[in-house]
Amino acid sequence: MTTPSLVLELKQVCKHFPGVKALQNVDLRLFAGEVHALLGENGAGKSTLIKVMTGALAKSSGDIYFNGQQCHFASPAAAQRAGISTVYQEVNLLPNLSVAQNLFLGHEPRRFGLIQHKKMQQQAQQLLLRFKLNIDVTAPLAQYSVAVQQLIAIARGVAMSAKVLVLDEPTASLDSSEVQMLFDVMRQLREQGVAIVFITHFLEQVYQISDRITVLRNGSKVGEYLTADLPRSQLIEAMLGKELQQLTQQQAATAVAKQAEPLLVLQQISVKGSLSDISLTVAKGQAVGLAGLLGSGRTEVCRAVYGVDVLSGGEIQFGGKTLTLQQPADAIKAGIALCPEERKTEGIIGPLSIRENIMLALQARRGWWRYLPVKQQQQLAAFYIDKLQIATPDADKPIEQLSGGNQQKVILARWLAINPQLLILDEPTRGIDIGAHAEIVLLIKSLCQQGMSLLVTSSELEELVAFAGKVVVLRDRQKVTELSGDNMTAQHIMQAIAEG
Amino acid sequence: MMSLRYLPLWITAALLCLLFGIGGWQFDGFASLAVVSNLFSDNAFLLIVALGMTLVIISGGIDLSVGAVIALSGVATGLLISQYQWHPLTAFALIVPAAALFGALMGVLIHVYKLQPFIVTLAGMFLARGLATTLSEESIAIDHSFYDAIAEFGFALPGGGWVGASTMIFMVLLVLVIMLMHYSRFGACVYAIGGNSQSAQLMGVPVASTTIAIYALSSVLAALAGIVFTFYTFSGYALAGVGMELDAIAAVVIGGTLLTGGSGFVIGTVLGVLLMGVIQTYIIFDGSLSSWWTKIVIGLLLFGFIVLQKVLSRRTALTTVAGSTAHG
Ligand SMILES: Nc1ncnc2c1ncn2[C@@H]1O[C@H](COP(=O)(O)OP(=O)(O)OP(=O)(O)O)[C@@H](O)[C@H]1O
Ligand SMILES: [Mg+2]
Repeated sequence: MTTPSLVLELKQVCKHFPGVKALQNVDLRLFAGEVHALLGENGAGKSTLIKVMTGALAKSSGDIYFNGQQCHFASPAAAQRAGISTVYQEVNLLPNLSVAQNLFLGHEPRRFGLIQHKKMQQQAQQLLLRFKLNIDVTAPLAQYSVAVQQLIAIARGVAMSAKVLVLDEPTASLDSSEVQMLFDVMRQLREQGVAIVFITHFLEQVYQISDRITVLRNGSKVGEYLTADLPRSQLIEAMLGKELQQLTQQQAATAVAKQAEPLLVLQQISVKGSLSDISLTVAKGQAVGLAGLLGSGRTEVCRAVYGVDVLSGGEIQFGGKTLTLQQPADAIKAGIALCPEERKTEGIIGPLSIRENIMLALQARRGWWRYLPVKQQQQLAAFYIDKLQIATPDADKPIEQLSGGNQQKVILARWLAINPQLLILDEPTRGIDIGAHAEIVLLIKSLCQQGMSLLVTSSELEELVAFAGKVVVLRDRQKVTELSGDNMTAQHIMQAIAEG
Repeated sequence: MMSLRYLPLWITAALLCLLFGIGGWQFDGFASLAVVSNLFSDNAFLLIVALGMTLVIISGGIDLSVGAVIALSGVATGLLISQYQWHPLTAFALIVPAAALFGALMGVLIHVYKLQPFIVTLAGMFLARGLATTLSEESIAIDHSFYDAIAEFGFALPGGGWVGASTMIFMVLLVLVIMLMHYSRFGACVYAIGGNSQSAQLMGVPVASTTIAIYALSSVLAALAGIVFTFYTFSGYALAGVGMELDAIAAVVIGGTLLTGGSGFVIGTVLGVLLMGVIQTYIIFDGSLSSWWTKIVIGLLLFGFIVLQKVLSRRTALTTVAGSTAHG
């Protein structure tokens, strides 16, 4: 390898929001042909750093050098013109435009100044094939799932990345095969000399793809390392400022509720076009994990139990009685709650405070006339802020001012707070930092001990094993097997997912 | 899916044909080129402002000042020609850029100070109307050979139809606006801002300049409508175009554009204006109905279309859920 050349350099960058020092004297160096992982806990300042770097936010102080020259990007458009393309953490595409228009907005192929729609659609189709997406590019973006939208956003970024590509948690809603596809594309770009910034909370991915790592903590740079020289444990220590609590030491508490009576029984349920013959039982005080690839039917099982999709066959029993679900309201009445996977797009009410956002579901359930005393609200909010390690000075901060991961934690708290009989969690730890993962696992366990039942989907098998009493593996929208006790290891689950 | 997006457009087109058919069946001379060409020439000024209003509404905004701008440009035209003896073309050459400046200023206020378009353009409306009235409370008659020439300019259609200057000006503007909205990057940016201006900003859309240009264009089109209105009335009057902004908004909505922004078609607005025009023509032909029935029918239509929009956006939300099932 030749010595890499410096493309973009940030020196002593600071960014202050009213009352918050989001960045303090941060340096960042991006080299051509390198994948640079930017790591840190939720709220560490990663997204803020790239927003400052790409002109989406104005910096408070500091210098930016691009190809050795001091420069200043007044807007994302200016950064794009310089060859820096960014996929921001927030969903930043336009649901009302077609897929093709989203991909080419601002770069439409033109002739005589007029957009060539046909050509644009062909190019869009081709671009998406690189990500093995064969979809109707003339349909509005809103029609597609979050994962597909995420891929489209990445494809847009890739298509425009001349010199630098910035990806802020691009893999948060992708499954492993899609992640590998993305990595293939990233490797190609790296070969071509593009500098890539990659933000993620998945450490395996960091070691798989990145060449260099910069760690942030509380808005300051902890250090810059070569990935090859930084063992995982040291990386975690750099991120957290302390060692990680071991997941294994909690394993002892798993064996609860062995003989408890069943709460939820699915008897060979089918949903037309999405599920066939799925049976499973969730006991009182038990957490059941649903494992499988994206598209295996995990989300569909959750939706069926929550009454979003109506059964075409089979039966759902809840608390010993047959439950007929026509709509989510029926499930809610019975005592079932769902924390959806698409938290990023759903459920955040920006200007409301953290406390109000947490209280939303609980208050709705109590009825608006039975107003929860503010004191009690504050206690609940304080409890979850502490438990989930939500990084915020106080509970009255508007949720829109939190970092992406901390917003997710608030939404998770909202559903935990209502304390239903059965809580369905669809990917509860997506986008949440490793420090808080352990806390969430603990929390799920203590909820079980208090008698709540949970149905949890997760792609993080280690975690699933840590809190679940049983794991049901799905493949191709059918149940493959059920693992519990000593059989329930990440290894076994993986095998079941792969082989069926 | 596509058909859902086009549905309001089809409904408006179908209603238009239906009403035209009924009129033609009931009354002699209703279904004639004369009536059709009159529809265009009588409504040319409304069609022109409505084009601008479509742009503004697709971007998620609203422009309440257009009716007043029509009056102001009419009064200014009258004054410059009749009192100051300017040639009409010279007058237009001053008025149109001035209107652009006026709209651009509103755009600046809306973008830079994050003010509601509703409030800013309401202020613009009072300002323009007040200015027009200050310039002249009386209607100013325009008597100029250029205007006589304009009135005679055009060509006849078989069956007593007549395509005059106003219609031609509108047609040219229509083609330009369609090109702009559906075939230019500027148009794509307008839709993007209407979808979500924050996302648009992050995707590299020049939100500031686009917003300013949108309101400038709307004012320019309103000024042109005002000029075309003087072709029609041979005068400039400070009380012209009262409430015309509301007619334009109604036409845009009936034409299938979402008031929340981000979705709609220029051609829909044309159909909307024509539908309103046909209703009026029908009532005139009928003779026994009061002309207020036009308003009543338009009111009912508006209700109908707003409900339809709600139902459709609900539908789209449902298919979205289905779409995510297909993948996850
Ligand atoms: N608009 C804002 N106003 C006030 N504070 C803000 C704003 N945006 C971010 N912050 C604060 O800046 C800090 C850094 O946030 P940032 O979004 O950069 O975190 P992050 O590292 O990207 O975290 P995550 O992993 O959760 O995405 C947080 O404390 C956040 O509350
Ligand atoms: Mg972030």
